[in-house]
Amino acid sequence: MLSQTLQYLFSGLTNGAIYALSALGFSLIYNASGVINFAQGEFIMLGGVAAVLLTSAGVPLPLAILLAVLMVAVVGLLLEKFAIEPAGDADVVSLIIITIGASIFLQGVAQVVFGKGQRALAPFTGDAPIVIAGASLLPQSLWMIGTGAVIVLVLAWFFGRTRLGKAMLATAHNRLAARLVGINTRHVLALSFVISAALGAIAGVVSAPITLTSYDVGIMVGLKGFVAATLGGLGSGVGAVVGGLILGLMEALAAGYISSAYKDAVPFALIILILFFMPRGLFGARVTERV
Amino acid sequence: MALLEVQALSRSFGGVHAVQDLSFEIEPGKIYSIIGPNGAGKTTVFNLITGLYRPSSGRVVFDGSNVTGKAPHELARRGVSRTFQNLQICFNMSAVENVMVGAHLRLDQGMLGSMLRLPALARRDAVCREEAAELMRFVGVGKYIGALADAMPYGALKRLEIARALAARPKMLLLDEPAAGLNPTETHEIDELIQKIGVSGVTVVLVEHDMKLVMGISDRILVLDYGRKLAEGTAREVRDNPEVIAAYLGVVAKAAA
Amino acid sequence: MGRFRGLAALALIIALLPLALPNNYYYDVAIRIGMNAIIVVGLNLLIGYAGQISLGHAGFVGLGAYASAVLSSRFGWPPLAAMLFGMAAVGVIAFVVARPILRLRGHYLAMATLGLGIIIYMVLVNESAWTGGNDGMSVRPFSLLGLTLASERAWYWVTGAVLLGAILLANNIVDSPVGRALRAVHGSEVAAQVAGIDTTRYKVRVFVLSAVFASAVGSMMAHYLGFVSPQVSSFFHSIELVTMVVVGGMASTYGAVLGAAILTTLPQLLATFEGYEMITFGLILMLTVIFLPRGLLPTIAARLRKAG
Ligand SMILES: Nc1ncnc2c1ncn2[C@@H]1O[C@H](COP(=O)(O)OP(=O)(O)OP(=O)(O)O)[C@@H](O)[C@H]1O
Ligand SMILES: [Mg+2]
Repeated sequence: MLSQTLQYLFSGLTNGAIYALSALGFSLIYNASGVINFAQGEFIMLGGVAAVLLTSAGVPLPLAILLAVLMVAVVGLLLEKFAIEPAGDADVVSLIIITIGASIFLQGVAQVVFGKGQRALAPFTGDAPIVIAGASLLPQSLWMIGTGAVIVLVLAWFFGRTRLGKAMLATAHNRLAARLVGINTRHVLALSFVISAALGAIAGVVSAPITLTSYDVGIMVGLKGFVAATLGGLGSGVGAVVGGLILGLMEALAAGYISSAYKDAVPFALIILILFFMPRGLFGARVTERV
Repeated sequence: MALLEVQALSRSFGGVHAVQDLSFEIEPGKIYSIIGPNGAGKTTVFNLITGLYRPSSGRVVFDGSNVTGKAPHELARRGVSRTFQNLQICFNMSAVENVMVGAHLRLDQGMLGSMLRLPALARRDAVCREEAAELMRFVGVGKYIGALADAMPYGALKRLEIARALAARPKMLLLDEPAAGLNPTETHEIDELIQKIGVSGVTVVLVEHDMKLVMGISDRILVLDYGRKLAEGTAREVRDNPEVIAAYLGVVAKAAA
Repeated sequence: MGRFRGLAALALIIALLPLALPNNYYYDVAIRIGMNAIIVVGLNLLIGYAGQISLGHAGFVGLGAYASAVLSSRFGWPPLAAMLFGMAAVGVIAFVVARPILRLRGHYLAMATLGLGIIIYMVLVNESAWTGGNDGMSVRPFSLLGLTLASERAWYWVTGAVLLGAILLANNIVDSPVGRALRAVHGSEVAAQVAGIDTTRYKVRVFVLSAVFASAVGSMMAHYLGFVSPQVSSFFHSIELVTMVVVGGMASTYGAVLGAAILTTLPQLLATFEGYEMITFGLILMLTVIFLPRGLLPTIAARLRKAG
């Protein structure tokens, strides 16, 4: 009984780490630009796919990972330069369509290069499960959770301590004011896409050994990242992490105790329920719109 | 009996006390002005009266019934209409249609009737369009009757808002800085327009920075400072009040600096 | 009679188009365009006119399709009764969820409607005892008073007629007090409120209406294709529908029809490319929205006005 619950917790945390990274990507871009980037899931897909292609071409794993993340970061930059920036201040629906167009485009590219099949990346450090109190945990899960934790710490440092990070926060808070004090908000926008893409790629690489990868894995994990970001309150970093972990855990517990068939519906039911009561998510500020 | 009674009204945003313990009454058929420096809480008072903001405490009584915390459309139903300091124009519609929106409550709102465009509905709508055009002439923007809202200049849009508010045939009309951004000629025309509206029997509540305008047409004036009532009375009483002079001289001095 | 000019033009196109349709394959494309156009005309009332996004509308198409499939094929209901029941049921469901959902704004609304669509999709996939799961289920042909709609040609005329009817209803609404209230909600929600418009009520009304349009078409599609699968309510289909609105031109009923025509035809043209198809489709989406942000028809109309 206990071991089973523990098992669900492990799998919830593992997935939750990926959702959290995906949600952080959403929140970063949302803060910098007000855009919900529906191509966020494709960054995750591209990370996994690129790493698989590189390793199967004989590139050693650490180098393959590095290259994959760099490549996807460049994709993020290109996306911002060629799709988001030219759109100017289009309305919400238009921006959503643009990023969805980008998402379909990237899936198409991946399908052409990678084919339609599913492939796995080799686990970083073997696949002998570690048994804890009767529940087993794959070493790769530890990599996923650990990577997630390290990234959260790095981001916390970046936004809390560095000039650049603070400039990005200031831009999120008030773009005009940020521009007035000399922050180049266009660079901030580009940077937020680069960081989000890199985050996505890292998530994609570390999860590829477990979840397998193919050209279409990005959609669901992307949408769930959006759910996690909304759950926490769009634009809130803490919210994204908490939202991601809650989502992973709820999903795993629901799959275990309620119905595995409806596992993928859990995040969506949860978010609708939460929004009924908290229209701006768990950590979203309650504001009175100025008239 | 007063048309509007505001009793001990307060509203704060975070640490900012935008309106504090404010009470006043407005008699029907009068032109009542609210003045005060920037950030004094004038617009917030309007938002509280029209239901766009909920008060932190206090009461608003309109026409004998307690309307505190009621939704804006409820207040519209009871005869409260307003314009906005920052234009709230529907730029996705023509000018006349903007005014027709104001007449919404007097029109047929049935879904089925609209879908089928029943003859009675179409007829009412045509009459309403005529009345809206008439109102546009009344406020002085007759030449834009065929125009799209986004083709109109700023001054005309300010009047278009007044026409829209009048289309509701309100008992009380709240005007938030109707002369802001207008040149002296236009300001003079607005002055005349407000008087015409007052004469037609509508109670007018006016927020305005143009002192000449305010002093000339107001029956009573309320002076706000930091969300509190600083003074209230006729133009003469207010003008001679030393506290008001102090507050305003402060502002003038700041503006000059 | 300016208000009927567009309708007459479209009616003429529908009447003459068969002269240019060489075979059933082309009829099939035309029918799909018509059906999508009906959904999109309804969705455009919600998105284009009232300014409220829905990323889950295919869910309602799916509910309508399965109401018809299950009731007519498993329970032997007359198809028309099944279709009307589906529309009523979807109307009720949309009404119940609309009030809490439409209090949300912008991306939160997008999230909630997206979630709603996905939940419906998953129910259709998982309740396989009723729906046949991922394999879908077959649906008997539409028949009324002993007449059966069987040929492509028959469906063509029916779809054309329903489309014209839908456009008439939609245009009537747009040009009515209700329509002005909806557009005011988009133009300035506070202005609408202080003018006495209960904005939530109007958002709910248009959401329900557009959902019922979608459900009706779902039923038609089920009978026309003789088959339904959960894919009708997939997230991708919802996106396609929104894209039709945006590409054709928001707040333009005929733009919606144009958008439906383009985005229904495009995949047919690209059908042989697979990955390249997705690349092209994605590119076209991005480019249209970036370079014609107001959508095709309004942009063309503005150009013509300038030229003429
Ligand atoms: N929605 C809101 N959220 C936060 N603060 C608000 C909000 N609305 C008003 N305030 C604050 O309340 C105070 C009063 O603002 P208000 O707009 O009522 O002033 P005002 O007298 O209309 O000024 P002005 O003459 O500049 O129009 C200000 O400090 C303002 O920043
Ligand atoms: Mg003000």
